[in-house]
Amino acid sequence: MLELTQVTRSFGATVAVQPTDLSVRPGATTVLIGPSGCGKSTLLRLMIYLIRPDGGSVRFEGTEFSADDVLRLRHRIGYVIQDGGLFPHLSASDNVALLARHLGWDETRVTARIDALADLTRFPTDCFDRFPAQLSGGQRQRVSLMRALMLDPDVLLLDEPLGSLDPIVRSDLQQDLRDIFCTLNKTVVLVTHDMGEAGFFGDVIVLMREGRIVQQGTLSQLINEPADNFVERFIRAQRTALHVLEEGAES
Amino acid sequence: MIPLILLLMAVASVDAEPVRVGSKSFTESVILGEIVARLARDTGAQSEHQREFGGTRVLWNALLRGDLDIYPEYTGTIAQEILAGKDVAAGEDGLRAGVEAEGLRMGRPLGFNNTYAIGMREEIADSLGIRTISDLKAHADLVFGFSNEFMDRGDGWPSLRDAYHLPHTDVRGLQHDLAYRALESNDIHAMDLYSTDAEIEYYGLRVLVDDLEHFPTYHAVLVYRPDLETRAPHVVAAFSRLQGAIDGGTMSGMNKRAKIDRVSESRIAADFLDSAFDVSSTVVEITVVDRLLRRTSEHLTLVVLSLVAAILIAVPLGILAARHERLGQLILGIAGVIQTIPALALLVFMIPIVGTQEPPAICALFLYSLLPIVRNTYTGLTDIPHHMRESAEALGLPPRVRLRLVELPLASRSILAGIKTSAVINVGFATLGAFIGAGGYGQPILTGLRLDDMSLILQGAVPAAVLALLVQGLFDVSERVLVPRGLRLDPVD
Repeated sequence: MLELTQVTRSFGATVAVQPTDLSVRPGATTVLIGPSGCGKSTLLRLMIYLIRPDGGSVRFEGTEFSADDVLRLRHRIGYVIQDGGLFPHLSASDNVALLARHLGWDETRVTARIDALADLTRFPTDCFDRFPAQLSGGQRQRVSLMRALMLDPDVLLLDEPLGSLDPIVRSDLQQDLRDIFCTLNKTVVLVTHDMGEAGFFGDVIVLMREGRIVQQGTLSQLINEPADNFVERFIRAQRTALHVLEEGAES
Repeated sequence: MIPLILLLMAVASVDAEPVRVGSKSFTESVILGEIVARLARDTGAQSEHQREFGGTRVLWNALLRGDLDIYPEYTGTIAQEILAGKDVAAGEDGLRAGVEAEGLRMGRPLGFNNTYAIGMREEIADSLGIRTISDLKAHADLVFGFSNEFMDRGDGWPSLRDAYHLPHTDVRGLQHDLAYRALESNDIHAMDLYSTDAEIEYYGLRVLVDDLEHFPTYHAVLVYRPDLETRAPHVVAAFSRLQGAIDGGTMSGMNKRAKIDRVSESRIAADFLDSAFDVSSTVVEITVVDRLLRRTSEHLTLVVLSLVAAILIAVPLGILAARHERLGQLILGIAGVIQTIPALALLVFMIPIVGTQEPPAICALFLYSLLPIVRNTYTGLTDIPHHMRESAEALGLPPRVRLRLVELPLASRSILAGIKTSAVINVGFATLGAFIGAGGYGQPILTGLRLDDMSLILQGAVPAAVLALLVQGLFDVSERVLVPRGLRLDPVD
């Protein structure tokens, strides 16, 4: 699906991503996690070519990203960022429909698709005429998710999608997001710095540090077979969250 | 409608091209221009008088270009200023040959000699014992106030200073009519005069004797285009009646009626023609409302045309600047430099390129409008948060579509604010258009300064201020229409 081969990227003198290989498993949710500045967001943006790699290649279903292909490939990838990145001058429904209308969809098709997405993301339809400034944080993220899913992409990339939400809204949306991922059975890559969230979503967890992948595997692999001292420390530091999670899973 | 068309056709058939008379921005020139225009009309020709068209250079160039057919000039100005540096034989005939070499014609002197002079308040001159220009040498602390033209003419201050070895350093350039008031209030002690100025008597000024005979003679003459002789020979013939017809006393008298008694130049010219040649002409006193409407339309023409052109050019430039960092710095730099050129200088720069009247004024206003719009477009676009731009890019929208659907709407408030700034500034700057014959609200201000008439100045200044407020209000309203509603909301959380 998404294949990163020996990808590197620096910003000035700072190396954000060391030579890295990563193969994203189709139909699964991959979580990129690590302390801030570890290069996880950079890696995610490399996957949709918002940032170009200095070296190595990024392939989407075998096609390497290039200037000619970038628009076409992006149409098959949905992208959601912290706080939604909604366009403040457009209403919720116009935000969702922007790309489809640009591609020439007729209004019946647009409306039908938006209604289906509202259903899926549990977005109240009477809020469609509202502008982003009139929506709550959780509603904004649901609109952003709808916008990303409008063309029914193969891959969904999410950069700390729950990062700016308060705890109650956050846990509601967390649950809904996982349900949506399960329902759609899409390939998902999600960036977070929260181990609890990583365990909650991740079929595969990729732990990064200083521009490198330190370990990738399931949550239990990371807990039971830490690759090094850093993995152990990182997991221990976030233990409290994991306890809650494990208890919840048991009951 | 049909009668109107017939009337227009009739007017067009009588004389396709009217005789276009110009005059300089001071009273005497306006009166002479009015006399010439009325005399032409008396022969049956169409004529129009472009009053207060500008200074010497502006008028001379307008004549060369064919924007004007005729205007009153002075022999001294032709010799010292227009033909300066050219090989011209002395005397009137030499001058006439010099003018003809430039492709124009010069008539015979009208009679009076309006030379430059230096004047002081009688009581001050008396207390210091100053009678001649040479006497000034002993009083180096005196402050001089000279008209800007006098400051740098060939026969003006620099050569006067050299000829008389004057030691004065505090020399200020100021508008001629304001200089009289500065003299009155002792801000300056001596100024340049025209010897036919009405104010000499009115203010009780002492005209210092030009003991070294520095100033050349300034006989008034008409300069005109040679094609006028073939186009309207009877008009040129009529002008010859003015030769030697206006002596110094007559001219000072007419100046005094205009400046002190506040009689309109049209009336003065009509009275002169009536008494001197028994030529009767009607004087239509234009009502204040008519004048206001005409000036408003002139002013709006200047502002609207220049602003529309500026929007069409500056917004794309701003976009370009936001896209390419280096080019952006260059564009903003150039727009900034243009802003620092003094308004009057820019206007005069424009004359050789685009002629006189509206075009140079519109060009200058256009250039001044660029910076606020370019800068605000640039700032509006570069201030869009990075994550917002990335969101648009990640959707897979091509750059052009991103610009149209996302970036320009997000920058709309800033761009509109830039346009508003330009519009309001333009309303003010457009008053300077009157200096080069473009009309507008600057015309009464200029005339008011010339006649020392506060009510006339207000007739220009007040509408200009009101218009500036209206423009501001108009943009505040249009912001509600043009800036997307979503950008005008406060976030709920």
